[in-house]
Amino acid sequence: MSETAGLKRVRQRRVKESMGTSIAASAHTRSGRILVWMLALLWTVPTFGVFVSSFRPEADVKSTGWWTFFLHPTHFTFSNYNSVLSTGPGSDGLSHFLLNSFRITIPSVIISVGVAALAAYGFSWIEFKGRDWLYSLILAMLIVPLQMCLIPILRFFTGGMHIGSTTIFPYLHLDSSVVAVWIAHSIFGLPFSIFLMKNFIGALPREIIEAARVDGASHLTTFTKLVIPLSVPSIASVAIFQFVYIWNDYLVGVVFGGSKNTPIIAKMVEVTGSRGQSWHLLTAAGFVSMVVPVAVFLAMQRFFVRGLLAGSVKG
Amino acid sequence: MEDLLRNIGLITGGVVGFAAIFLIIYALINRLPRGVREKFQAVPFIIFALIFAIGGLMVSAVRTAIASVLDDTGKKFVGLGNYREIWNELDSRLAVVNSFVWVFVGTSITVGIGLLIARFADGMRGERIAKTLIFLPVAISLVGAGITWRFIYAEKGFSFDAGLLNAVVRAAHLPNSMGGGPEGRNWLLERGFGGLTPPSWAPGFNTLLLIVIFIWAQIGIATVVLSAAIKGVPQELLEAAVIDGATSNETFVKVTIPYIKGTIATVTSLVALGSLKAFDTVAAATGGRFGTSTIANEFFVKFFVQDRNGVAAALAMVLFVLCFPIVVWNRRVQRRVEETN
Repeated sequence: MSETAGLKRVRQRRVKESMGTSIAASAHTRSGRILVWMLALLWTVPTFGVFVSSFRPEADVKSTGWWTFFLHPTHFTFSNYNSVLSTGPGSDGLSHFLLNSFRITIPSVIISVGVAALAAYGFSWIEFKGRDWLYSLILAMLIVPLQMCLIPILRFFTGGMHIGSTTIFPYLHLDSSVVAVWIAHSIFGLPFSIFLMKNFIGALPREIIEAARVDGASHLTTFTKLVIPLSVPSIASVAIFQFVYIWNDYLVGVVFGGSKNTPIIAKMVEVTGSRGQSWHLLTAAGFVSMVVPVAVFLAMQRFFVRGLLAGSVKG
Repeated sequence: MEDLLRNIGLITGGVVGFAAIFLIIYALINRLPRGVREKFQAVPFIIFALIFAIGGLMVSAVRTAIASVLDDTGKKFVGLGNYREIWNELDSRLAVVNSFVWVFVGTSITVGIGLLIARFADGMRGERIAKTLIFLPVAISLVGAGITWRFIYAEKGFSFDAGLLNAVVRAAHLPNSMGGGPEGRNWLLERGFGGLTPPSWAPGFNTLLLIVIFIWAQIGIATVVLSAAIKGVPQELLEAAVIDGATSNETFVKVTIPYIKGTIATVTSLVALGSLKAFDTVAAATGGRFGTSTIANEFFVKFFVQDRNGVAAALAMVLFVLCFPIVVWNRRVQRRVEETN
């Protein structure tokens, strides 16, 4: 009822004011608003539950639901965080794995953004034969699922590349090394990163780039002094996208890194697999592992969303 | 502390290493005679991308395609034997069927609710806060999501009293068959629901519960992209519809949706591809046990646990083949949208 009344009011106002402000007003009827807030609330319940649980003692976590915490708010402890973040020998500390995640994520992001920016410049502003064809080839790789490339790339790291007995690429002893994880992540994220960056870098004003070239600037100078500073929004969005994606990855880290590079995400799966014992620690570990990507996302929200939108929404 | 310094050293080393390779190639090209140099100017810029894309992705994909028709040792040609095995073996066939359910159920609900939120949140007070709350799970790993939801589906194994769903179902006095009994219910383990038990080749109710986790984690992306598209609909079109007497709902269905069709298709295919590759969620929540496996999970199990190279490659191929129609469909919609503009 109120919906139609509200609508009528809105419509009358619309007609009176005719053109101008947002018409969106017509959509936010009360029931719509309630629906959105209910979903928003519902969507936070699972995370909130983990958050509350992470401050409860082990026995409580294992025996009662997190909502009962509010009946006994004195049952409050930092001990889960203490054990998760402790570094002493023989402790349950996960800080080592947290550090592994940084060690994997930061270089992977820098390498993939760097490679994508270079390629985006090359494909946009340097003329060469077969340019469009090669670019289409890279884009075509967007449809290849990661699983199709996983095993051959793993084989490459564990033994080089051979056809029959001819060695095409020697064995580099990179198996189970963090370098292998960096390269694997860069490879898997590449088509998407190039796609996003080429959209941006290719759309920079032609006059500026050409003026620099006419003035005698080399491609290296044009790229570092002109294109990079102008492309900061695009670089930021791709970097954040990659950061969140790589930080949250499970498969690549566990397949390429070996046990000494296990990222926090993979460690959590390991702990859940070992049935029961450490659920109280998982809450704290889970929360710590979420804090990093969520903080990165919240701090750079504008860029992240813009990156997602690139190419999918017009104007 | 020492560990930290070593890591910083490693990180710097890795990054400097890549920069050095680029500069060396660049310097070498610039030493070539002028005429030749012009032709190779692009090389230092695109060489890494080409090595990664062709050497890393294309060659690998071809190798996997070949491996899928060889036996597990990679020596003997077996034709479609691996594919036949996927279909004949109960576990892997169920994984394939499950993946179809993931794609259809997961995608349609994600895009549907995403569209609903995007529409009703548009222009409302507190829109940003509501959308951020719904978006946050996107920044959380699917593994984290799987673990988070185990506190909702909590099983008897560690303490079913700790699970939110059991508490809700009991409070709502649902019948035993739906988990309302005094015993509670092991949600991720039991396949039947409400007295119905699916046959062994069909997905169980627990698969739907896993899909809920995925929907929870992915809906933010759909919402944000669709919301931006809705805001991009020209005011004149909407106002014209309103002046013609269309209700808000009619305007949305007849003006907004056709206008953002291209974006809806993009979001749909993105979510569909994501649900097809569902692995992390399954691995963290059930490990693929209790009949909840998917193609991507089965791939992992076959290769890393059972050492079945040929079958794993065939599963990867199945994944690829299923991705194809989604991408083609999206291209077709986009082309049609471009033509009408």
